[in-house]
Amino acid sequence: MSNSSVISEQSHKGRHAFSYAFPIMLPVGVSFFFIGLGFGLYATSQGFSWWVPPVMAMTIFAGSMEFVTIGMLLAGFDPITALMLTLFVNGRHVFYGLSMLSKYVNMGWKWYPTVAWMCDESFAINATTKLPDDVDEKWFYFHVAWLNYAFWAFSTFMGGLFGNLLANYDLRGIDFVLPGLFIVIFLDMLLNARSHTIRIFGVVGAIVAIFMLIIFGKSTFMLLSMTFMLVACYIAYKWGGVHLE
Amino acid sequence: MSNWEMVITVAIVAIGTLFTRFVSFLIFPPGKTAPPFVLFLGKALPASVMGMLVVYTFKETTVLTYPYGIPELIAFLVTVGLHLWKRNMLVSIAAGTIIYMIIVQNI
Repeated sequence: MSNSSVISEQSHKGRHAFSYAFPIMLPVGVSFFFIGLGFGLYATSQGFSWWVPPVMAMTIFAGSMEFVTIGMLLAGFDPITALMLTLFVNGRHVFYGLSMLSKYVNMGWKWYPTVAWMCDESFAINATTKLPDDVDEKWFYFHVAWLNYAFWAFSTFMGGLFGNLLANYDLRGIDFVLPGLFIVIFLDMLLNARSHTIRIFGVVGAIVAIFMLIIFGKSTFMLLSMTFMLVACYIAYKWGGVHLE
Repeated sequence: MSNWEMVITVAIVAIGTLFTRFVSFLIFPPGKTAPPFVLFLGKALPASVMGMLVVYTFKETTVLTYPYGIPELIAFLVTVGLHLWKRNMLVSIAAGTIIYMIIVQNI
C-alpha cells in the first residue's frame, strides 16, 4: 500500500470513530459545561483572574483536585501536602490504569494523550462501550479522551469569563447529569455483562462503596473501597477459583 | 504565596496527577505480558469501579436530615426505570436530571 493511501485509511478510521464517539460524549459535555462554569465562577470569586481556571484545567485536568488546589493556593506554601493530597484524591486513576492495561495497547502516538487525560468519565465510557466491528477501538478511546479534555478546558474558560452571569439563573439540580450518566453506564454494564461473575463484581463494588462511605466518610471511601476490592479479587482468584474469560 | 510558589504548587498537583494515570502502565508495560492476576483484574475491576463511581456521585447527598435524600432517590429511580424501559441513554439522563431540578428547586 502506498504511503498516501495508508494516511487516508487512517483518517477515515479516525473520522468514523469520531462520529461514533461524539454522541456518546454529549452527556459528559453537558455535565462538564455546568461543573466547569461552577469551577470558573468559584476560582474568580476567590480573587483569581479569569485565565487561572482554564490554565488549571489544562495542566491538572482532574476536576475535584482543581477545587482543592484553589484552596491550597489561598493557604501557605506546602509542596509536600500538595503532593500527598494529589496522590490521595487521584489515587483511583491507578485502578483505571490497571483495568485498561490490555485495552490501551498498540495505539501509537494516541496512547500518550489517551492515558494522560484518563479521568472518571473517559474510563467509564472506554471500559464499557460496546463498539460495532467497523469502529476502530483505538481511535474511539483517543477521541473520548481528547473530547473530555476539550470539553473541560472550554467549560472552565467560559466559567472564568462569564461564570458570574450564571448567578441570574436557577440551575440547581443540573449536576444530576453526572450521576445520571454513571447510573446508565453501570446499568448497561450489568445488562450486557458477558458473565454472571462480572455482574456480581459490579454489585459488590457498589455495596462496598456504600459501606465504606457510611463508615469512613466521603474523603477516603473511594480509595478504601478500591483497595478492598483489589484484595477481594486476589482472594477470589487465588483461593476461590474465580476466573473470567 | 508568591507567584512562583503558586506555579510550583500547580506543577506538583499536575505532575502528581499524571503519575497516578501512568503508573499502572509503567509497572506493567504494554508489550510485556502482565501476570494472569493483573489480566483478571482488568476484567473484574471495571464493573466494581463503575458501581463505586455511581456511589461517588451521590456522596454529597443529605440522608439523615431534611430532605432525607428523597429527591436523589426519586431521580435515581426515574433514570433506572426509564432506562430499563427505553434503553435510550440521553432520554434516561435528561428525564432524571429535569425531574431532579424540578424537585430541588421547589422544596
